[in-house]
Amino acid sequence: MTTSIGETGLSRRSFLKGSGLAALGVTLVPLSALLASPNAMAAKPFKTLSPAAAKTLERMARDIFPHDKLADPYYRQAIAPLDAEAGKNAATASLLADGVSALDAAARQRYGRPYTAVAKEEDRVALLKAIESGPFFQKVRGNLVTGLYNNKALWPQFGYEGSSWEKGGYLHRGFDDIDWL
Amino acid sequence: MATQFRLDDDQVVVIVGSGAGGGTLANELAQKGVKCVVLEAGKHYQPDDFENDEWAMFNKISWLDKRISAGGWHHTKTYPNLPAWIVKGVGGSTIHWAGLALRFLPHDFRNKSTYGHVDGANLLDWPIGYDDLEPYYFRAEKKMGVAGSAASGLPLLPENNHYKVIAAGARKVGYKQIVRPMAINSQAYDGRPGCQQLGFCMQGCKMTAKWSTLYTEIPKALETGRVELRPQSMVLKIEHDKTGKVSGVVYVDQHGRTQRQAARVVCVAGNSIESPRLLLNSASSMFPDGLANSSGQVGRNYLTHTTAAAVAIHKKPVHMYRGTALAAVISDEADPNPDRGFFGGYHLEGLALGLPYTAAFMKPGGWGRDVTSALEMYDHMSCVWVCGEDFAQEQNGVTLHPTEKDQYGLPVPIVSKTDHANDAAIRRHGLAQFRKVSEAVGATRVIDMPPYPASHNMGTNRMSAKARDGVVNKWGQAHDIKNLFISDGSQFTSSSAANPTLTIVALAIRQAEYIAGAMQRKEL
Ligand SMILES: Cc1cc2nc3c(=O)[nH]c(=O)nc-3n(C[C@H](O)[C@H](O)[C@H](O)COP(=O)(O)OP(=O)(O)OC[C@H]3O[C@@H](n4cnc5c(N)ncnc54)[C@H](O)[C@@H]3O)c2cc1C
Ligand code: SF4
Repeated sequence: MTTSIGETGLSRRSFLKGSGLAALGVTLVPLSALLASPNAMAAKPFKTLSPAAAKTLERMARDIFPHDKLADPYYRQAIAPLDAEAGKNAATASLLADGVSALDAAARQRYGRPYTAVAKEEDRVALLKAIESGPFFQKVRGNLVTGLYNNKALWPQFGYEGSSWEKGGYLHRGFDDIDWL
Repeated sequence: MATQFRLDDDQVVVIVGSGAGGGTLANELAQKGVKCVVLEAGKHYQPDDFENDEWAMFNKISWLDKRISAGGWHHTKTYPNLPAWIVKGVGGSTIHWAGLALRFLPHDFRNKSTYGHVDGANLLDWPIGYDDLEPYYFRAEKKMGVAGSAASGLPLLPENNHYKVIAAGARKVGYKQIVRPMAINSQAYDGRPGCQQLGFCMQGCKMTAKWSTLYTEIPKALETGRVELRPQSMVLKIEHDKTGKVSGVVYVDQHGRTQRQAARVVCVAGNSIESPRLLLNSASSMFPDGLANSSGQVGRNYLTHTTAAAVAIHKKPVHMYRGTALAAVISDEADPNPDRGFFGGYHLEGLALGLPYTAAFMKPGGWGRDVTSALEMYDHMSCVWVCGEDFAQEQNGVTLHPTEKDQYGLPVPIVSKTDHANDAAIRRHGLAQFRKVSEAVGATRVIDMPPYPASHNMGTNRMSAKARDGVVNKWGQAHDIKNLFISDGSQFTSSSAANPTLTIVALAIRQAEYIAGAMQRKEL
């Protein structure tokens, strides 16, 4: 007898769904979320996250992966995928909203002001340290690994040149140009 | 019109998996006139589908069906559901392998005789020696176009920046064996072009300069008209007749339909997690512990190599990502030398990562200035991977989850690994040596990284002279079932300190000769 996977109730989606990337502590961010230029991004409001929550997440993103040379729009862009996911997934939306409130509450308790108003980086980092093993922090950090470092617009600032086949590889573009050894 | 075999054709050899082992075996058998059906769980991608993009390719081709990491190894924390890094696609992990083609050393085949009794380990000699395999190593190197080998006649690949930095440091600390036998065309060979130094070897070589069964063995096999390839066909179970010989396989085809393909011989090459899993899932009333498992060794003795990684930050730019991903390999530490305080040996392999992978693998779960100050020096980095001998331990291996099922309705595999005390010593030594090599050329900061998800998977259906010690004999033929073969790295009895693929290919060439001969003699 022939039974089909469809008949047993398994959708194509569940076929494609894997746990590997999540297991890496990494979320693959859809490319479309990263294509907007930083300037365009700066102006665009988030759909689901409240302006206050977005501001907190943006500050948090910079505190998690602080690069002084990167302008704010890159961090804003890096959390855009979280906004997109929150729009589709109620659990993510509440994880983020609750996480931001809890972080602000902790900041108020310790420093008498919300997270974004805590002036010193080391103080904010101390607040994050306290929640680093929790789901909210992990969600934000996991997203940032790709939200930030998989953003092609930012690669030149790290000296990474990316895709090379369309340029004929690196054979004539410095694969052996080292001159300091 | 592509060759098609009937589902009830019981004269075909069924090969499960189309990677290094399965893809090679299919071509070798086909060239000898044997009819084969290759069942491959993954899709049939082409080089046009490859992107020079780490995450995009990871997501496209990786085996992401649920697996569970268990045991004492680091992966339970870092990669709880990704114990191993394996491809699901035609060509298997040869799509993203880096191409390093090292031979095992003679003592690797005499694991037990070399080290004697090692506490906690389940060592065994292979039933074959280096001399048995030597001619097949030669043929494998020729087939794969290994640069710098006598077999291919190809020159070495040029030295890229990453190679030069590691080689210069290695020479300064007194290392002499700095090698790079790569299965990458250093110039046009076998109808494929020479390497253009794209630097995305582990994302699928768009140029086809790097050997992969996807565009070498498999098309050659199909051209004979004696092979049918069925992609997106996941084998669920191997069936047997009442005499205990295997008679066919049950699989889910690309439309989600369950099918049964009859077989004269079944060869399993699904890599070292799926191969034992398939034997265990094929348990029957005649074989209640799974097929070929009278020894109880199916799924045991799982080997991954003892691995670790590190990045070094140099004073000036390196641009490690430019050119072949695998750069210099230091082989001086590969020979056993107990004076170092451990058994076995290791290679130090320069292996470049792009920025996205470096950010994910350098310090999984890490954050803060400690991490970002290193990543800002990305273009000054060199990166190494320690590949060391891993000792067989019986409790390391693959078992089936008692209740949890995957999307095919099969029990999820639990992949369990605990370090042997020897592993920690190898790791420590290897990382310390890389530090010296890097500091010798002025590196200012060296960051040790945890092991990656296991890319080398071996040992879970091992070869043995005696049926009670292992799963297959010296031909990869099951001790218990004569028309059932294991054709991938799971038949390894020891890991050696060398990357596995050249040995998998050499064994597949040798096994094909045996199977074709035995079929002709009507022994199979
Ligand atoms: C990033 C990376 C770099 C590497 N670099 C090197 C290197 O430089 N040198 C080296 O020697 N090795 C390297 N390796 C390892 C090498 O890729 C593997 O050792 C080799 O490909 C294993 O061959 P195999 O035939 O056992 O399995 P694979 O090549 O993995 O093929 C197994 C195939 O079987 C299919 N399959 C599994 N189960 C089923 C089933 N039930 N039904 C149907 N199909 C199934 C899978 O989809 C897969 O396509 C690397 C690996 C990785 C991940
Ligand atoms: S560096 Fe060479 S082998 Fe690697 S992907 Fe590029 S062309 Fe292929």
